[in-house]
Amino acid sequence: MTNEALQQTILSWFPDPEFPQPQFSEEGSQYLTLNVEGEQLHELMQLLKNNPETHFDYLFCLTGVDDGKELGVVYHLESTVHRHILVVKVQTKDRENPIFDSVQDLWATANYHEREVFDFFGIKFRNHPNLKRLFLTEDWEGFPLRKDYVDEKNMVVK
Amino acid sequence: METAVKEPTATKTSFKSEEYFINMGPQHPATHGVLRLLLTIDGEIIKKVEPDLGYIHRSIEKMCESNSYQQIVHLTDRLDYLSSHINNEAVCLCVENALELEIPERVKVIRTILGELTRIASHTLWWGVMGMDVGALTSYFYGFRDREMINDIFEETCGARLTMNYNIPGGLMQDIHPNFVKRVKEFITHFRTKLPEYDRLLTGNIIFQKRTKGVGILSRKDAINFGASGPVARASGYSCDVRKHHPYSALEKVNFTEALETSGDSFARYKVRIAEMWESLNIIEQLIDNIPEGDFKVATNAVIKLPKGEYYQKVETARGELGVYIISTGNKNPHRVKFRSPGLSNLSLLNHITVGGKIGDLVATMATIDIVVPDIDR
Repeated sequence: MTNEALQQTILSWFPDPEFPQPQFSEEGSQYLTLNVEGEQLHELMQLLKNNPETHFDYLFCLTGVDDGKELGVVYHLESTVHRHILVVKVQTKDRENPIFDSVQDLWATANYHEREVFDFFGIKFRNHPNLKRLFLTEDWEGFPLRKDYVDEKNMVVK
Repeated sequence: METAVKEPTATKTSFKSEEYFINMGPQHPATHGVLRLLLTIDGEIIKKVEPDLGYIHRSIEKMCESNSYQQIVHLTDRLDYLSSHINNEAVCLCVENALELEIPERVKVIRTILGELTRIASHTLWWGVMGMDVGALTSYFYGFRDREMINDIFEETCGARLTMNYNIPGGLMQDIHPNFVKRVKEFITHFRTKLPEYDRLLTGNIIFQKRTKGVGILSRKDAINFGASGPVARASGYSCDVRKHHPYSALEKVNFTEALETSGDSFARYKVRIAEMWESLNIIEQLIDNIPEGDFKVATNAVIKLPKGEYYQKVETARGELGVYIISTGNKNPHRVKFRSPGLSNLSLLNHITVGGKIGDLVATMATIDIVVPDIDR
């Protein structure tokens, strides 16, 4: 499916203009990007995976991002049938207790990748069965990939 | 007078089995690096496998954020060190696409040849270790003997045998060595006679087949669900070769078939890798006589600044799909770099395919998943 057709299909799931519409952008990326609100995330992901027209069954990359102000998660999805690619982004301003819905019930690969994001960014995932640090030790303080992380001993600041 | 017949006390239920934990690793030879597996077992039957990661985590993604784009290339060698050339290529392609650089044909062809040599070198090492894991020590020496020839070619042209750093954004560090073409051809002739030997030694061996056939079965649906890629996914019938679906460098010009199997067991994963070595030889043969003349690099600025935006590049390493995701804010350092390593996704399905099997089968199954721990830990 082309990016335009994909965009039309997804927008047709939100017929009510009062309801917050997902925002698309193609700027600054080679893939079609979809920005969603945290509350919509799981429902939309479920549709993206189960709808036969979109059929995004392969989650090939799950990335945590800190832009300095907001924390977010980026999902790279591919369909093994239609071979189209979509990027889904979700962000939150809450740095104290960032939390999103887990998608590991939809894609089993998200289990480890969400643990990695939790480990490095401190983003929690609701309904994750085993949310604990993946690489660092349990008593590690702070979340190293956040932009405001300071470790005078181990980090070389240029 | 009644005689009470006493029931025997030892009934079936009195031999109670009990689940217990054992550690496998972090220094177990079969884990191929520092990986610790927490096994819950009942006798010899595996109930649960839980990897404990991070023993060699170096935070490469964080280091990238304070390094220039040329320096990042060097760090990627240390991900999957057996595919170092392909990792370098992934970052270079990502940066070149962002800068919209026109890369000379010569560079593309040389990159593809070196990439396929890397794949063969990685698969020969895997084949040797695979045999060793199931108790056939000879294969280890066969594998290393043939890999040595490729390492010598790399040493001559790239100046290093393992962590090559031969690719730079814009092209190659220097031109190929004058002996390069001759030695690659020698290797192809040599290896075409040696691959059938691999089959005679291991593939047809009845003990080896009994250890791998019908063991560690992964269905196509699960392969996709767990984000598997590379030979692991292709052995389950999921066509996912990045070289076919998103070709890069000179791969558009060559003809090759994607190795696919459908049974999804350890033996299928074995066969896919053997078939891939034949295919890599075909790819190199199509290119080695026609390396175009021209420059081996295009000039870039000494300080590379990527335009603001996001860039994603996927390549097929020997283990599967490596993704490089760069977010740039327009500075000389990237804002965020993510390496989507094939190893972490492939490892995540280990529990799924080994539960219910025996510990000995876990070792054989892990060998066919072909784990390289620095790629998982990053």
